[in-house]
Order: sequence, then C-alpha cells, then structure tokens
Amino acid sequence: MMRLMGLLLSVFAANSTAKTVHQERSLYQNLSVVEKDGRRCLVFAAIRGDQNQTCQYLDGSEKLVFPYVRMVLAGLLVNPKPQRILMVGLGGGSVPTVLHELYPDSQIDVVEIDPAVEKVAKAYFGFKESAKMQVTISDARVFIKRAALSHQQYDLVILDAFNGDYIPEHLMTEEFLEESKGLLSDQGVLVANTFSTSKLYDHESTTYRKVFGPFFNFKMKGTLNRVIIAAKAPLPSAQTLNENAASLTPELKAFAVPIAQYPDKLSTAIDWDTSARVLTDQYAPVNLLNKE
Amino acid sequence: MDMARQPASAMQHQNSLTYLVFALAFTSGFAIMSVELLGGRILAPYFGSSIYVWGSVITIFMVALSLGYLIGGRLSLRTPNLARYGLFYALAAVALMPIVLLGENAMAMVFKHVTDPRYGSLLAASVLFFLPTLVMGMIAPYSVRLLVKHQQHSGQVAGFLYFISTLGSALGTLATSFYLVLWLEVNTIMLALIALMFTGALVAFLGHYGMKERCL
Repeated sequence: MMRLMGLLLSVFAANSTAKTVHQERSLYQNLSVVEKDGRRCLVFAAIRGDQNQTCQYLDGSEKLVFPYVRMVLAGLLVNPKPQRILMVGLGGGSVPTVLHELYPDSQIDVVEIDPAVEKVAKAYFGFKESAKMQVTISDARVFIKRAALSHQQYDLVILDAFNGDYIPEHLMTEEFLEESKGLLSDQGVLVANTFSTSKLYDHESTTYRKVFGPFFNFKMKGTLNRVIIAAKAPLPSAQTLNENAASLTPELKAFAVPIAQYPDKLSTAIDWDTSARVLTDQYAPVNLLNKE
Repeated sequence: MDMARQPASAMQHQNSLTYLVFALAFTSGFAIMSVELLGGRILAPYFGSSIYVWGSVITIFMVALSLGYLIGGRLSLRTPNLARYGLFYALAAVALMPIVLLGENAMAMVFKHVTDPRYGSLLAASVLFFLPTLVMGMIAPYSVRLLVKHQQHSGQVAGFLYFISTLGSALGTLATSFYLVLWLEVNTIMLALIALMFTGALVAFLGHYGMKERCL
C-alpha cells in the first residue's frame, strides 16, 4: 500500500513538471506532445518516455535541441546549395523547417507514413506546408520507386525514418539504397540518421559500402546516433569540407549547429566487421539484428 | 466397441492413417502461415509496409482459405483417399513456385499500372498468394473426411485436426519470423516450403499405396 502511494506520488510529481499537451493513438504509434523544461517535444511510444523525436524550445528560439538533428545538417558540407531536397520521415518537422529557412527557393519534398505525425507537426510544431515545401503521406519505399519512374532528381536526400522500437526493414536494403542513389543528381548527397549500438551497425555499414563505396561515418560524443553521409560523386576533400563549413557557419548560427567542428569528425575509416552480410530485400532481418 | 471387432491389421492401418494425416495437417498449417508472413516481406519493396499492405495480405489469405475450405469439403464427397490428398500437396507446391519465379515481374507490372498502393498491394497479393492458399485451404476439410469414421466422433476428430493444424500455423509463424528470416533468404525459405509440400505429397502417395497393399 505504501509502495502504491509512493508510486502515485511520483506520478503526480512528474506531472507537475511535464505537461502533456496532446495525445493520440495513430495507426502506427502512440503520439504525444509533452512540454517540459522549457521545451515542447514530440514523443513516440509514451510508455517508455525516452523516445523524444523532436523538441523545440518554448521561448521561440530556433536552436536545434538534439545533437543528431544538428548532425544531419552535415550533409550540407558535401553539397552546400541543394535545390531539390527529399526528406524521409517528418517528425516534428524541424529539419525541413531549417532547410526551408536556409534555402527558401529550394523545393523540399517530405515523405511521412503516418498522417497523424503531419497533423501534429502542423498543430504543435509550427510546421508549414507551402508550394516550396510539400508533404506526401506514403511509405518511403513506394514514394522513391515512383519518383524514380518519373525521373526525379534530388541534390539532398535525408533518411530519418527510424525510431528505436521498430526499423522499417525495407528501408535499409541494398535495393532500396540503389533506388535512392538513382534519385541523386550528379552532386547529390544522401544522409541517413541511424544507430551505432547493435550488430546491425556492421550489416548496415557493409550495405552502404557496397552501394556507395566509401562514405562519411559521422559520430559524436554524447549521442548513440550515427549519421551516414554518402554521395553519388567521389567524396570531397578535407579542404572543400572546411571551406564549405566556413561559408555555412554564419547561416547555421541561429540554429546552434557547430558546423565548423564537423569536418574533422567525418571519417571514411572502416570500423565495422566487413564480413557482415549485406542486407537485401531477400535478407533483411533488421529488427532481429538490432536486438543482438 | 467397433474397434474391438476389427482385425488387428485394420486397426494398425487406421492408426498409421491417423498419424499420417495429423502430420500432414500440421505441415500445411505451418506452410500457410510461413507463406503469409513472407508475403508481407515480398510485397514491401514495391508497396511498403503500411498498414494496408498487411491488410491486403491477410484479406487475400482469408478469402483464399475460405474458398479452399468450401472446395475441399465438396471434393471430399467423392471417394476420398490419400492419393487425392497427396495431390493437393503437390498442387500447392506447384502453385507456390510462381512466387519465387515470377513474383518480381508480377509486382513490377502491378506497381506500374496501379498507383494507389492499397489496391496495388491487394492485386499483387491476390496474383501471388491466392491460388496456393486456396489449394492449401482444401487440405483441412479433406483431412477431416479422411479420419472421420463415425458421425459421433466427427466433432472430436475435426477439433483435434484444427488443433494440430493451427499449432502448425503458430509454429510456422514463430519459426519464420524469429529464426528463418535471420538465417535464410526469402526465396530460400519459399523453396524449402515448396520442398516440404512436395514431401507431403510423396508421403501421402506412399501411404496410399502402402496401406492398400497391406489391407488387400
């Protein structure tokens, strides 16, 4: 009985600091919007409570809250002037919003599987659709296959479709990466936000290596995410990266992205088991591997 | 009571028939759910893994199974025997082959012509999975007919057959999703299931002729 009281008290205590602004069960997940410590966050799978997808500061600051969101922008070091951008996975929409502010003339296509996520991004995270920024509700694999059929090209493709609980297995295979690579323009760059903690790391790395050859592996202290940056053309030299970082620094300041620090952390070194089996449409036990 | 009056060889015959049909019903139960689970994976590269892709797969399996039950029940009226039973397994194996051999082409064709992924996946699922599932559905009522000798036991026999085949389905689901996809390619698993169904056919044929000889 005392234990129960304690539990109840701790729940109330937590509630006094964290305020749930919105909650809904969508076709794919439990979504909630929670305000805590001056931040508003989109939370998937609220039971665990540690699945913050996107957070925004409530004081109107444009600073990006999470390191991995900032890390995704390292793709700009390879192509600093993307005119056509494809973003897979909307979340709270912070990356597309930043990109739209940086490149108001660029066309940004966002693909999101869950209609509820789009609704929440618009209602609670200030995400706005316009002629230059369009959201399509679709499975990314289907969108990319169709885009290839109609010969679309993108200068920047960002894959951010994974949350910790379930990884869409058909978005990590050799065939999928070939299809995505096929959408890249000659200067096109593909950026993927993924994890680095399980056996999957080896398999994912061998698969990217097979499709793209050498790619930048981007990891930073304080986050378990790793960002893969691959390009259609050969990767730029350290000098080019540093020059691009210098020119992007002022523009990215408002978003608190320390882009000047990034070039040194982009590594092409192989730090995975190269004998790990390549993931294909025929062999993609991604979620099983992620548990090992 | 009846059993006691039967000659020993006939009882033995009945026993081995029972075990054989149980084993085969288990096998087909296993294969049905293994194929269904792989179905989602096979469709994913073209139609994604949205909720309606699974909706399509499950719908087609249910419709095909229900028609299979109907047809299998009808066919069980005419001189039911193990040889015909074996034919269902052979037919199922043959009907599964196009999934491996033509699946890619069929899905590409559907993808090109049907832009709505809901109806695209429904059409692709029916092209690939309808026929083999229908044939596998025919097995269940036919199994019942092969084993029911007395009306008052019919419910018990049917119940035990559902038990065995659904247990097979559960194991097929678990084995495929937890282990087989981790070890093997989708097509390799499909080929193994095809081999399994052919083996089932062979066992049923052998049973048919073997038991006939001993009884006559």
